[in-house]
Amino acid sequence: MGLGTILLGVILVNNYVLAQFLGICPFLGVSKKLDSAVGMGVAVIFVMVLATAATWPIMQVLNQFKIAYLQTIVFILVIAALVQFVEMALKKFIPSLHKALGVYLPLITTNCAVLGVCISNIDEGYGYIQALVNSAGAGIGFLLAMVLFSGMRSKLEGNEAIPKCFQGVPITLVTAAFLSLGFMGFSGLVG
Amino acid sequence: MESKVSKLSILTKGIIKENPVLVLLLGTCPTLATSTSTLNGLGMGVSAMAVLICSNIVISLLAKIIPDKVRIPCYIVVIAGFVTVVQFVLQAFVPALYSSLGLFIPLIVVNCIILGRAEMFASKNGIVDSALDGIGMGLGFTLALGCMGAVREILGAGTIFGVALPWLSAHPMMIVALAPGGFFIYACAIAVINFATNGKGVRKKEFGCAGCAMASICSQEKCLEELEKKGAEA
Repeated sequence: MGLGTILLGVILVNNYVLAQFLGICPFLGVSKKLDSAVGMGVAVIFVMVLATAATWPIMQVLNQFKIAYLQTIVFILVIAALVQFVEMALKKFIPSLHKALGVYLPLITTNCAVLGVCISNIDEGYGYIQALVNSAGAGIGFLLAMVLFSGMRSKLEGNEAIPKCFQGVPITLVTAAFLSLGFMGFSGLVG
Repeated sequence: MESKVSKLSILTKGIIKENPVLVLLLGTCPTLATSTSTLNGLGMGVSAMAVLICSNIVISLLAKIIPDKVRIPCYIVVIAGFVTVVQFVLQAFVPALYSSLGLFIPLIVVNCIILGRAEMFASKNGIVDSALDGIGMGLGFTLALGCMGAVREILGAGTIFGVALPWLSAHPMMIVALAPGGFFIYACAIAVINFATNGKGVRKKEFGCAGCAMASICSQEKCLEELEKKGAEA
């Protein structure tokens, strides 16, 4: 499969949030304001690519020793340690980037989208470059969904016309349903 | 709350009063993704319940030994171990369910309900209470997933447990079983609870940090404050 196909497919057709239901918690939680949505999205791209860069070679080692069943335990530990380490490294060496992304990094450690992308890269049988592109695409798709959704949510603020029992969380979910419906229009775009 | 609260109330509070999915709004990802049919929803619920009960028991036993600073990685290892066991069991005995749940079996590790209960309940309570809490919360999760799965299966495919229903199976609403329907049915379920309890049932709070998997782990107030501050600065 070509790299462009993978990238487009994972951003638009199989969007991680809207089509595969991964990373719903930060999607609903941090999408209230545009700038925090962007910050979270960029941090997710960053961590997804790093996590894939680390876990893909580890999986080859696990396969070598025929202990592939340890995948779940090893991956989650590697991701948790990696995020901690990256946060410390950023704080020390690139304080400006740490200021922009630092808040979001600990939030993503146990985000299911990050572990999800690492596992699905292995399940799909991607090579190293393909896996990295897929992860970057998954992150970009997440960012896209977050930014679009925060725009939609800003229109909901203080709207009194919404029935009382639908105010708050339910109407947010209904909005997400419409965004997801919109993204369904992309299905079939990439073979 | 240890000895004052009766064993029965520990068991039952997870089912209705503190239902993890519909009231506490935890574990949204597996809820939306695996409730495409009744069997998938129930299967996911039972798998998560098994992990939850086992990890609650083990963590309540280990709580005194584990140093406070490294407790979260330790909990994650315990949970991941049990998830691997569940993965093997499903693969061996119900391969059809295993393949339809797919990615979401290993993702039980990062389910906020399990880590949240480990942190909030099992680490502070005895083994019997923790097991009961695991059973209650697990049942609540299973029931919510089963109900949502049933609604989506009846409307989306016109079947229940794979058995075709008259009229409905001839006029299925495909969209309900697809991604947008998941969001919509979940919204309706929460709205129904809101309506039935006159807005008191579901936590008034918006999805904040509390909705994220790290809620119970990261110092919640601090991260909320920082997010607020960032928003105010802009």
